[in-house]
Amino acid sequence: MADGPVAELLLRRLEASDGGLDSAELAAELGMEHQAVVGAVKSLQALGEVIEAELRSTKRWELTAEGEEIAREGSHEARVFRSIPPEGLAQSELMRLPSGKVGFSKAMSNKWIRVDKSAADGPRVFRVVDSMEDEVQRRLQLVRGGQAEKLGEKERSELRKRKLLAEVILKTYWVSKGSAFSTSISKQETELSPEMISSGSWRDRPFKPYNFLAHGVLPDSGHLHPLLKVRSQFRQIFLEMGFTEMPTDNFIESSFWNFDALFQPQQHPARDQHDTFFLRDPAEALQLPMDYVQRVKRTHSQGGYGSQGYKYNWKLDEARKNLLRTHTTSASARALYRLAQKKPFTPVKYFSIDRVFRNETLDATHLAEFHQIEGVVADHGLTLGHLMGVLREFFTKLGITQLRFKPAYNPYTEPSMEVFSYHQGLKKWVEVGNSGVFRPEMLLPMGLPENVSVIAWGLSLERPTMIKYGINNIRELVGHKVNLQMVYDSPLCRLDAEPRPPPTQEAA
Amino acid sequence: MPTVSVKRDLLFQALGRTYTDEEFDELCFEFGLELDEITSEKEIISKEQGNVKAAGASDVVLYKIDVPANRYDLLCLEGLVRGLQVFKERIKAPVYKRVMPDGKIQKLIITEETAKIRPFAVAAVLRNIKFTKDRYDSFIELQEKLHQNICRKRALVAIGTHDLDTLSGPFTYTAKRPSDIKFKPLNKTKEYTACELMNIYKTDNHLKHYLHIIENKPLYPVIYDSNGVVLSMPPIINGDHSRITVNTRNIFIECTGTDFTKAKIVLDIIVTMFSEYCENQFTVEAAEVVFPNGKSHTFPELAYRKEMVRADLINKKVGIRETPENLAKLLTRMYLKSEVIGDGNQIEIEIPPTRADIIHACDIVEDAAIAYGYNNIQMTLPKTYTIANQFPLNKLTELLRHDMAAAGFTEALTFALCSQEDIADKLGVDISATKAVHISNPKTAEFQVARTTLLPGLLKTIAANRKMPLPLKLFEISDIVIKDSNTDVGAKNYRHLCAVYYNKNPGFEIIHGLLDRIMQLLDVLPGEDKGGYVIKASEGPAFFPGRCAEIFARGQSVGKLGVLHPDVITKFELTMPCSSLEINIGPFL
Repeated sequence: MADGPVAELLLRRLEASDGGLDSAELAAELGMEHQAVVGAVKSLQALGEVIEAELRSTKRWELTAEGEEIAREGSHEARVFRSIPPEGLAQSELMRLPSGKVGFSKAMSNKWIRVDKSAADGPRVFRVVDSMEDEVQRRLQLVRGGQAEKLGEKERSELRKRKLLAEVILKTYWVSKGSAFSTSISKQETELSPEMISSGSWRDRPFKPYNFLAHGVLPDSGHLHPLLKVRSQFRQIFLEMGFTEMPTDNFIESSFWNFDALFQPQQHPARDQHDTFFLRDPAEALQLPMDYVQRVKRTHSQGGYGSQGYKYNWKLDEARKNLLRTHTTSASARALYRLAQKKPFTPVKYFSIDRVFRNETLDATHLAEFHQIEGVVADHGLTLGHLMGVLREFFTKLGITQLRFKPAYNPYTEPSMEVFSYHQGLKKWVEVGNSGVFRPEMLLPMGLPENVSVIAWGLSLERPTMIKYGINNIRELVGHKVNLQMVYDSPLCRLDAEPRPPPTQEAA
Repeated sequence: MPTVSVKRDLLFQALGRTYTDEEFDELCFEFGLELDEITSEKEIISKEQGNVKAAGASDVVLYKIDVPANRYDLLCLEGLVRGLQVFKERIKAPVYKRVMPDGKIQKLIITEETAKIRPFAVAAVLRNIKFTKDRYDSFIELQEKLHQNICRKRALVAIGTHDLDTLSGPFTYTAKRPSDIKFKPLNKTKEYTACELMNIYKTDNHLKHYLHIIENKPLYPVIYDSNGVVLSMPPIINGDHSRITVNTRNIFIECTGTDFTKAKIVLDIIVTMFSEYCENQFTVEAAEVVFPNGKSHTFPELAYRKEMVRADLINKKVGIRETPENLAKLLTRMYLKSEVIGDGNQIEIEIPPTRADIIHACDIVEDAAIAYGYNNIQMTLPKTYTIANQFPLNKLTELLRHDMAAAGFTEALTFALCSQEDIADKLGVDISATKAVHISNPKTAEFQVARTTLLPGLLKTIAANRKMPLPLKLFEISDIVIKDSNTDVGAKNYRHLCAVYYNKNPGFEIIHGLLDRIMQLLDVLPGEDKGGYVIKASEGPAFFPGRCAEIFARGQSVGKLGVLHPDVITKFELTMPCSSLEINIGPFL
């Protein structure tokens, strides 16, 4: 069955023709829009080798609307000439005629009319000749009759300048029989159906070819958030390395666990209102482990455990102040304190990844809350070399192999090291983490044995994610303002795989 | 981390050699500093105020160097140079000496009125100093750096430096009613009372930050000389009378504060850094401070302390095997003069007054490691054998997340902090009913409370994504916080799972189906028996009447589901019907 009545007609005409036919001519013969024929040509083309269609463009001269009018009613000058009676016509009156202005000057230059300026009531126009030939009308009628080629190049261009004639390009198809020409072509099947399979009719049916350049339809699915996919990978890495996850499900922390237990003095700038969110309600911690608090107090204010201390008036009120934890190290401190209460001491490897909060100035890379990744190892006789060795293994799993270490200052670690990695894209060393050995002033008051060292490191979850995926603004990654399309489109997180080349901008 | 800005050429001149930027960057890195930026005054002004303003400014190259927050001895060119020269073994660390004056010792008498506002003061004299413009600038800049860092923006300690030749001792440090204090302050042409000054400085971009320290106190601290000349009104401003200039030869330095230890450290730092320019290099003239109890102390302390550390302890902590002699040499390079004593394994370390940061053997260990070079240390893996465990709540969360996505819902990640409006007004609940924890110092309304429900975050996520094709199906599994007096801090996290369905129809059956799926995943059977689950008609201000049910599982209420109230939808700037589900997953552990 043919693909619509026009296609059917076309195929019949084509069968009868010798050689082929032109789509425009066929449209004229059938008295239908050219577009309808073109549509039929295209649908037949899609069937494969039934027809061959060659796109041709032909130039044609067509009359403009004004040209049509002149072909019908005569040129302006002719109309002026005809409107002048033998006794002449006042020029002012002639000018009011529809063709007056244009027709007057043309008729003048054709010397068909003259003006008598000495007439009593103003200039008057008279015929000069008795009759004339309206050449313009005749030529336009030729064009209308499809005989534009009978006009000379000069004549055509003159008419075009008068905007009576326009050249148009017509796209037509020259249609000829294809290698599989048939007037009784059947429609190609688009898809295999259960009926075809059961009847076996698929064997006799032609199938429409697939367009493999088109996109598929994405599956209707849910998606995981990219930052949390990275979090899963970090968890996986720690678990692979034998690290146990610490509980961190307490956003609210006392200053004691967040700062004092870490030997961070009470005047430390981090404890400033400008850097930390304190709580109005509940403003103070209800319980603190008072024995331990006393040891912490003494270490801060007087020293002990081999330390000079900070020598200041340590206040319990300050330690009681509740806040939103500024780091997960507060959870590490709790975990180490619990560890210290268990005798005998058993070595541990701990990790955590969770939210922390800072009352900081917000910018493209800083939000008031972010995720901190932390790793801790407690054992007898751990060294700085051990810390570096663990860091090397950890970062290798992230696909970061070029590391170097810079001395740094941290209130609760000594020695402290900032970890830098060479970023191939940015062509520079970038800080990827902070690390150190917890101070004895932090560990000994907890009750950990003296020869136990605790090495630890931390990094933010957002920063490596942003660097990895070339995201410049943290707001494009976290929070309610993210574009869900970004979530839908985000690839799997494979930290040790080479990322695709980042977008043109550099990560901040 | 404080940043010190020094003129490059001046620095190289003092170091006795030049470096390329890369070489100097490398040196900084090794020493624990960071060459943060290479710039000039002109560049800085042009960046901040445009090229026009920068036209006349100096284009001398400046190095901006980040200094560790506890190394107050590196906060000026003099200290940086001394530290680096000793590190590179080009000079020996100078010995700082306190000397008694030939004539009468300068005295600072503290009266008891200061007790309630700023009880401590220390003082010293730099005699026969020779400033140049650069040295003078560095002297002023060091005070500023100290004020911003160890002095905690002058709250703990404030420094006053005076031309001793314009004054006559003994000096009195007292506290008076602001209306009774009158003097001509620095950079003013006439006298003002303290009250007037506090008003004037409210609009001073620099000084306005310090006013709060004394503003509401009945008495203000003030220092007079024996003729009643005001030296300073700490921690705000010095008097104009005793102002120092580049030509000043004898300087009286006073530090007042609320932290005695820090006041002493600050004084030690200033005098050790700038006694370099005194006629008798590295000597400081003592001053006597008489406390209200009548006891007098001599300052600066310039105390040298001896610490004893065993060489094998250093080796063991760092993970290296150096001889005691080598370790002593390494420490000496860090400005800690050390020698091997006793059985040949003991190292005696002298802590100079410049190194107030050394308070424990671990600080000494770190310096040995820095001098050895962090990047020269052999990396090894500890033999610590452990079995890893996941935190059960996080393990369950991870499992559920994947199946929520498999059920066609997309994971959102929203903030734990939000406005009161988000968790109360917009949900039709009174804030007091939320049991939310409140933040006392939020900079904006976005950080007023910790969320008590995950729903607002998800609704805000939808509001920001209204252009996305419908339906929107979102979920989040994260913590919310509720006040709870049974915990040590008075608040507790709960792990919630929240899901929303947003479309042209409310889709309650979809959210209900999701609940059934979740229960299936958690192996909780329908029905009230044997810890199963059931939903019962309920109500809540956030839900459309008659379209809300409470979820009971494992014998307790775990949350609610329903069609959101049109008011809630409108308040979150949404236009379509929406149904939601929120449960606490803790009971399913």
